[in-house]
Order: sequence, then C-alpha cells, then structure tokens
Amino acid sequence: MSDKKENRSDLEREDTLESPETVEETTEAPVTETGTESEQYSLNDDRRVKVLSPGTLVAKRFFRNRIAVTGLVILAFMFIFSFVGGLLSPYKEDQQFYRYDIQNKTYAGVVENTEFRYASADGQEFGSILQAQLVLAVQTNKDSFTYRDVHYTVTQEGEDFYSVALQGGPTIGIAYKDIVNVSNEGEKLAYALQFAALKAYTNGETAFTVDGKEYTIDENSGVLLDGQEVAYISRYVVNAVMGDVFLSRDFKEQLAECIDSGSEDFVYTGADGETYDYKVSYNPDTKGWNVLQSKETYVFDTYSSPSKAHWLGTDRNGMDMMTRLMYGGRVSLVIGFIVEIIATVLGVIMGGISGYFGGWVDMLIMRIVDIFYCIPSMPIIIILGAAMDNTGVDPQIRMIYLMLILGFLGWSGMARLVRGQILSLREQEFMTATEACGISVSRRIFRHLVPNVIPQLIVSCTMGLGGTIITEATLSFLGLGVKFPFASWGNIINDVNNTFVLQNYWFIWIPAGVLLLLTVLAFNLVGDGLRDAFDPKMKR
Amino acid sequence: MRKYIVKRILISIVILFFVAFIIYALMRCLPTSYIENMARQKSMQPGSKSYEDWMAQLTAMYNMDKGIVYGFFAWLGQMFRGEFGDSWFYTVPVIEKFHGTIWVSFWMGLIAMILELIIAIPLGVVAATKQYSKTDYTISILALAGISLPTFFFASLLKLVFSVKLGWFDLFGLTGRNYEQLSAMGQFLDKANHLVLPIVTLVVISVGSLMRYTRTNMLEVLNADYIRTARAKGLDERTVIYHHAFRNTLIPLVTIVGGSLPGLFSGALITETLYSIPGIGYTSYQAMVGGDIPFSMFYLTFLAILTLAGNLISDILYAVVDPRVRIS
Repeated sequence: MSDKKENRSDLEREDTLESPETVEETTEAPVTETGTESEQYSLNDDRRVKVLSPGTLVAKRFFRNRIAVTGLVILAFMFIFSFVGGLLSPYKEDQQFYRYDIQNKTYAGVVENTEFRYASADGQEFGSILQAQLVLAVQTNKDSFTYRDVHYTVTQEGEDFYSVALQGGPTIGIAYKDIVNVSNEGEKLAYALQFAALKAYTNGETAFTVDGKEYTIDENSGVLLDGQEVAYISRYVVNAVMGDVFLSRDFKEQLAECIDSGSEDFVYTGADGETYDYKVSYNPDTKGWNVLQSKETYVFDTYSSPSKAHWLGTDRNGMDMMTRLMYGGRVSLVIGFIVEIIATVLGVIMGGISGYFGGWVDMLIMRIVDIFYCIPSMPIIIILGAAMDNTGVDPQIRMIYLMLILGFLGWSGMARLVRGQILSLREQEFMTATEACGISVSRRIFRHLVPNVIPQLIVSCTMGLGGTIITEATLSFLGLGVKFPFASWGNIINDVNNTFVLQNYWFIWIPAGVLLLLTVLAFNLVGDGLRDAFDPKMKR
Repeated sequence: MRKYIVKRILISIVILFFVAFIIYALMRCLPTSYIENMARQKSMQPGSKSYEDWMAQLTAMYNMDKGIVYGFFAWLGQMFRGEFGDSWFYTVPVIEKFHGTIWVSFWMGLIAMILELIIAIPLGVVAATKQYSKTDYTISILALAGISLPTFFFASLLKLVFSVKLGWFDLFGLTGRNYEQLSAMGQFLDKANHLVLPIVTLVVISVGSLMRYTRTNMLEVLNADYIRTARAKGLDERTVIYHHAFRNTLIPLVTIVGGSLPGLFSGALITETLYSIPGIGYTSYQAMVGGDIPFSMFYLTFLAILTLAGNLISDILYAVVDPRVRIS
C-alpha cells in the first residue's frame, strides 16, 4: 500500500514540475525568502493558492494521458461524422441512384440449319410420322417406303432437297435444308413458289417459272420477279428475340457473311446508311449464334466505384455509401447509448438496494443477478430475431425491441459492480454521519452512496459501450439486428457475405469495419484513461 | 471447505432451475403462428416427420396444452431423463446431432485457448515488469485493439488476405472438396488447414482481455510487500519476477482459466458461423435461425449449465489455490 502512495506523490510532484506556478490542492503556500509575517499571510494575487476542484483534477489527469485524448478525438470525430455528417450530406439515408448502363441484350438468334425442314403440298397431309419415315428412307438411300400399307416414293429433287409422293399419285410434301424467306414484311410464301425456287436453287439453276411468271435467282441467292426481289434462300435461320422486330433480308445477309468470316463484331449498315453495332457470340448449347445489341438501359447505380459524387461509391441498392455510413454510425451510437442507459439504471437500482440493505435482500437480488448472468443473451436474441423475421415486424419497432432486450439482459454486471462498491462505502464514516442526521434511506442510497460510485460507473459504461456496439453490429451483420432500410455499420458489412463483394468491392465493407473498430477502440481508450484519471492509485 | 463447495453447488442448482424456467417461458411466449409455420416448413424436408407429428411431439414434449408452471416441471422431468426430442432442422434426435458436432468445437476452442495462454501470459508479464515503457504501451494498445476488433470484420479481412489474395485456405467449411479421397493423414491435415483461420480469429479476438488481466494482476503482485522483501534480500530481478511474482500472478489466472474450461464446449457461435465450421455453435445458429425449437431449447439450457459450471469451478479453484480466501 505504502508503495502505491509513494507513486501517487511522485505523480503530484510531476504536476508541480510541469506547472511550477500552480500549487495544487491545499498544499501550503511557498514561503518566500524574505519571510516577514505580513508578506507570508498577504492575500495578493501572486500569493494566492490556486485550488482545483476534484473534477478539474480528473480532467487535468485525463488530458495529460495522450492515448486517452487520442481516443477522445476519435470519438468526437465519430459523433460529428454521424450526427452532423448526415445533415451535411446532400443525399438521404435511403436515396437510390440510377445510371445509364450499356447492357448487351440478345437481339436475334442465328442457327445454321442442319436439320430437315418440312412443308406439305397444298391440300395434302404430311405428318410427323411420314416425315420420320422420309428421313429414314433418305438415310438408307431408298427411293420408296411403305407406311400403313400405303406406298410412297421419295425423289431427290436437288442437294438436301427431297419430295415425297404417293405411289403414282401427287406430291404430298417436301423436305429441305435451304430455307426460302420472304423479302417483304407480312407476305406469305406459296408452296408452289417455295418448291420451284428450292428446286432451281439446289440444282444450281438461275431461272424458273411458276404460274406463268418468270423468276430468276441472282448470285446472292435472291429470288427476283421482274427484277424485284420477292424472296431469298439461305441456310441460316435468323430470328428476332422480340416478336415485333422484323429483320430485313439485308440484315440477315450481312449477318450471315459476318458469321462465315468468323468475326465477332457485326456492323450493320442500314438502307439509310446508318450503322449499328452488334456483337456476335457462338453458343455451343444451341449450336447457334447470339446477336447481342448494346443498348443503354436505366439501372440502379450499384457498386459504383468511389467518385466525386459518391466518395465511397454506392452499395448494392445503389445508395450512397458515405451517407449510409453516417446514418449507420448514428444508429450504432444511439443504440449503444440507449442500451447502456437501460442497463446502468437497472444495475444501479438493483445494485444500490442490494449493497445498502445487505442480508436477505442482498442474497435475493444477487441470485437474480446470477440468473440474468447465466441467460445466454446472444442465442436468445438470435432466436427472437428469427421469430421477428418470420412474423414480419416493422424495422423501426424491431430496433426498439433490440435495445430493450440488450438492455434488460445486460444489467447484471453493472449491478455487481455497484453492489461491491457500496458494500465497502457504507461502512465508512460519512455514512454513519448521514444515518445520525436522520436522512431518509432512498436519499442516503441515491444521494450519498451512488454519487461515490459514479467514477467506476462512468468507466464501466464507457468500456461497456464499446462492447454493446460490437454486439449490435454482430447481430446486424448476421441480419438479425437493425434491418434495411435503416443502416447500421453491422448491416453495411453484411454485404461481404457475398464472396464477389469480398473480392472486388473493398469500399463496401472496409470503411464500415474501420469506423466500427476505431469507435470501439476509442471507447475503450477513453474508458481506460478515465479510470486512471479518477483513481491515480489504481493506475494500471 | 466441503461446506463451501456444497453450498455453492446447491446455489447453482437453484439458479439453474430459474434460468431453465425463464428459457421455457420464453419459448412459450413465441407466437404460435411462428411455431406452426416453422413446423410446416420443416415437415416439407426429406426424411422429416409430418406436420401433425411434429406438432404432437412438440405439445407432448413441452406440454403446450397445459399451464406454464405444470408444463415447466414436466419438461424438466424429461430433461433429467435425457429426452430432448428430435431436431426439426436436422431431422435427427437432438442428442445425436450434439454428439456429432461438439468435438469439433471443443478441439478448436482448446487449441485457441492454449495459444491464447502461450501468447497472453508472457506478454502480460513483460508489459507489467516494464510498466510505462514503449513495450508496455505497445502491448496495451494491441490488447485493446484485439478487444475492440469486431469478429466478423476481422474474419472478413483474414479471408480476403489469406483465402482470396494468397489462396492458402478455403473460404468456408471444415473439409476440402476432395476430402473423401484423402488418406487418414491427409484428412487430418485437411481439417487442420481449414481450422487455421477460425483459430487465428478466436485467438486474436480474445487474447487481449487475458493479456490485460495478466498485466493488472502482475502489477498488483509487484507492488506487494513480499516482493519488496525479496528485492531487499538482494535476490536478482529474474528470481524476483519469475519465481516470486509470477507464481502469485498465477493464482487469479488459474481461476479464470479453470472457469473458462466448460466454455470450450459451448462453441464459438459467431466464429464458427463465419467460417461455416460444423461445430456446436454453427449447428445451433442454423437451428435457431431456422426456428428449430427442440434444438434451440437444448442449446440454451446447455449454455446455461456451462456458464454455471464455469462460475462454480472458478469460485472453488479460487478457494483451493489461494489459502488466504479460505480463512475469510
């Protein structure tokens, strides 16, 4: 013990060394060398003893502790950041941002036709079973087949072009791989024309006649009537993804050329000379090509990188990260404070009563404290959180529940601390004095005992705040605490559960984590500093 | 001494009784619609019992149709007989699931605790002997930083550095993809590899408080009269610190370490969840979030027992290790 006292006087000597003109507390006035009686007892300003109140002394000791002051500065920054920052920020907590994004959307699909396609002659039936029989016959190089006692003949009309006829009867259908497409929107292709065109095309002829009209086939596989194109023949099947888009012949042809050349970029020059850019990609699943059109789309500005408008980028909902952090800090700090206040008030009342009365009251209250100490709070909050998730409790009410639960489950430590202090304090003389003065019991506890516990209370609250903030953040991180649309540092970091965010978007979770770490660290540093300042004897 | 222990045990039993009552009451307070919803969802799972079976079992187990007090005593009776029911989430008896997961948590906790002791005690002693030096400040601030570090943030950082950037460890799980093909030794190494990051997390998060505790106690001992006597005798500083002071510092350390032994079985709820380690913590987390009432009830009671056992052990150890306590 004596050793500690020595330490203390050492400290005070340090004080006087640092500020030699101030004499602390009630130490005697320095005796001047002249030493006359009148001068010794004069009350001139230069002779006056500077008396410091205990509060000032604590403050002095605290501010001399550089680490604790660092903590205080961090805390001040956090408070300004959270409470003032939210007001200064040009954005709102849940304001969403949009941007124009170039997105590749599938515009058309292209498939090279490798399967037979079928058409039935006018007024004839050419069903799928017959189609299958035809393929079978073609593959086995037979020129006829029988199905249900009906004989059919197969004629090869050209390359990959077959026709089926009843034996000795009319043609009932055709099978082909080259496709005849109409050139003009909305027209229908007559069977006779299709047949004749295919026959001419597959045999390499350049002219044919249907219904007395002369058609010619040009070098681009176009079918011309009187120099006017009516149809064209191609192996590629091009379909627009959206039903209301008509793909012109020109488009399809340029596309086919592009695919043949193996190029990935497709530039289409329209009839009016305008150019359109498309991307062509091969899809092995469908054995076809996808034509992607780059189109500007209005989307949520999600995960945008830090920029002038958004200093820390935007989050998964396209909200400004910096603003979310400010509001998140507000929520984290407010929850921390309210929980700590609930816990402290309960703890002081229970601990105060228990410590002052002793005996069976003490025994009873301490057992209640033991019970609360044993209740596993984290799992209980998780269970209640899951139940609230399921029953769809409003996020705001949920936040209040969270504070109440954390507060009511967290007072046992505080009660123990207060009781312990009061047990030792109540034996001291000043308490005997209050008893002799006839001061009422509640006044004795809450006016005389509790104020003496306040230093320890403040220290323990400051340290506890850090812990509470971590608990709240952990719960929010798990998605069981503060919920969207409210921000909290915990639920901001929650996005890191998405591995892609973990890898690519540091600005989503690192700032929130650093703020959280700094705040909790600052509370602990200040708490440590306060403890040393309140009680230099106990100095670490 | 025996009287003291018996008294402590009896008090613990009374406390446990009330804690169990609070847990039971809490379960009874859950909205019925929630319970029914969950039972219905869980009954859809493959291998699960039907909804009516679950509800019948639940009613029978927790006596939902009886009064809260009667129901509590009946439930308590079942607990004594070791009947904890079937887990809804895992569709196996609770006890079976418990046996399958507890040991992972235990080994993880044990290794982490040993590492903590190895790191915290020497550093705490060094910090105390060189009080107010640079070493002391560095150690103290590091300890505080460890205490202040949110588990989930630290785990995410570790994952980013060691799993994503360096690719040394997997992000999740206890076993790798080709675990089944490995030899026995390979399987062991695979598991060990997956446990590195969780253990590092556990150690870093909790080493700080132990370090501070060691330092405070060491400082107290160093200020004691017998240390001055030892110095006055002319013993060299090493003997004073490591022979006289350190042994006395061990008294509070032994009690706190003894008290945290039962806690090894409780599993690290958050850390296990973050790394998806199938220990008791992660298993219970999933059960609790999934509304698995039988498993949650079991876990809550189990945790309460562990906490009580921890307190009991540290109180008794304190009396055993330090004869001065016994007199008063």
